[in-house]
Amino acid sequence: MIKTDILIIGAGPTGLFTVFEAGLLKLKCHLIDALPQPGGQCSELYPKKPIYDIPGFPEILAGDLTSNLLEQGKQFQPGFTLGERAETIEKLEDGSFIVTTNKGTQHHAPIIAIAGGLGSFEPRKPQLENIDMYEDNGLAYFIKDPEVYRDKKVVISGGGDSALDWSIYLADVASEVTLIHRRNEFRGALDSVERVQELKLINKINIITPAEITALHGETKIEGVSVTKDGETKTIEADAFIPLFGLSPKLGPIGDWGLEIEKNAIKVDTVDYQTNIPGIYAIGDVNTYEGKLKLILCGFHEATLMCQSAYKRLNPGKKYVLKYTTVSGINGFDGSRKESPKAVVKAIV
Amino acid sequence: MQDVTIHITDRDGEKHTVLAPTDMAMNLMEIIRSYELAPEGTIGICGGMAMCASCQCYVTSKHRINTMEDEEEAMLSEAFNVKNNSRLSCQIPISDILNELEIELAPEC
Repeated sequence: MIKTDILIIGAGPTGLFTVFEAGLLKLKCHLIDALPQPGGQCSELYPKKPIYDIPGFPEILAGDLTSNLLEQGKQFQPGFTLGERAETIEKLEDGSFIVTTNKGTQHHAPIIAIAGGLGSFEPRKPQLENIDMYEDNGLAYFIKDPEVYRDKKVVISGGGDSALDWSIYLADVASEVTLIHRRNEFRGALDSVERVQELKLINKINIITPAEITALHGETKIEGVSVTKDGETKTIEADAFIPLFGLSPKLGPIGDWGLEIEKNAIKVDTVDYQTNIPGIYAIGDVNTYEGKLKLILCGFHEATLMCQSAYKRLNPGKKYVLKYTTVSGINGFDGSRKESPKAVVKAIV
Repeated sequence: MQDVTIHITDRDGEKHTVLAPTDMAMNLMEIIRSYELAPEGTIGICGGMAMCASCQCYVTSKHRINTMEDEEEAMLSEAFNVKNNSRLSCQIPISDILNELEIELAPEC
């Protein structure tokens, strides 16, 4: 069982900044995210898009913001459970919680901070008969371990960066890679498109466009897929099928935790962004209150106030004075110490 | 002209007639959101960057609206429930030419 002070559900900008603010208060954090990497929407949807309303950054790429936030929180050594979705919550007699993911990983913490943005990102599933039956039986929406595909016949469907990148990567791993897309044009980085073109020319990737997967075959696992092109359908052999059609956020199981929900968001008290369940907070885009604005900078503010409240909750009666990092510096959990240089004062006689 | 009239059929099949301002640099997705014609979190997820298809709609009137650009076309090529008259509403700026436009929201996916 993973134990921590604050269990953060969602590793987007707000969740990542919570690590830093909690660290200043000597509270340890662990993050759960359904995506296989931290960053939330910023790294998944638009890592190369510039953001213009982060204070102090006239312009910053969403992916760089994520990297900076990870760097900023690194000294507080957060733990991560990635590629797993927070599924159930159990409140213990002492007021603490056990959160279990869809893969069965258990986490124990006295404070839960839901920073889930618009919800957990679920893969957008093509509308194919019996698709659920093949999930984890040759069909995967994320690639966690490329070695699973070594010497296998892999069919990838999609036209974005993920489809291109994984086709390129698996060309050297799988025995056969077939990329299927509805159009001849791909929506990805130019160098990725060119690399796929090169691999096609040396027969390392088969490309079928404009075409669609219209059926899946196999008794218990993927054994083949039907591809329809120009009105004609043919079946090709496959050991694995990877549909990469992007992600769609869903509030998911959190919606069944007994939290007060309004318009797909969690209602909170603006004093400290606590929900109707004491000890569970909701910060960032996932919450709602009068006047709510879904902006990253508002998430940072909410994370800061939430950490102060969590500290008081964990240390009842203990006096605390807000300290500025310029004065007190930062003591990392890894033994590191950052502080501003001391000014030299010389007497003038 | 400051406002145009737009007819929107929501995902439950209910028709709404709304006024959309032409002088506030809004797009059609933002109009749908501002009138709360689709539940929050189900439309305009990427914020209007043509990077998700949550705001897909079908243009059912014969208006000649702005031409689709590459990003929108590419996104629609990966979306589901796409028809010949599909557009991403976030890529349709509100302007005078939209007066009396009729659209239908595509199913949530």
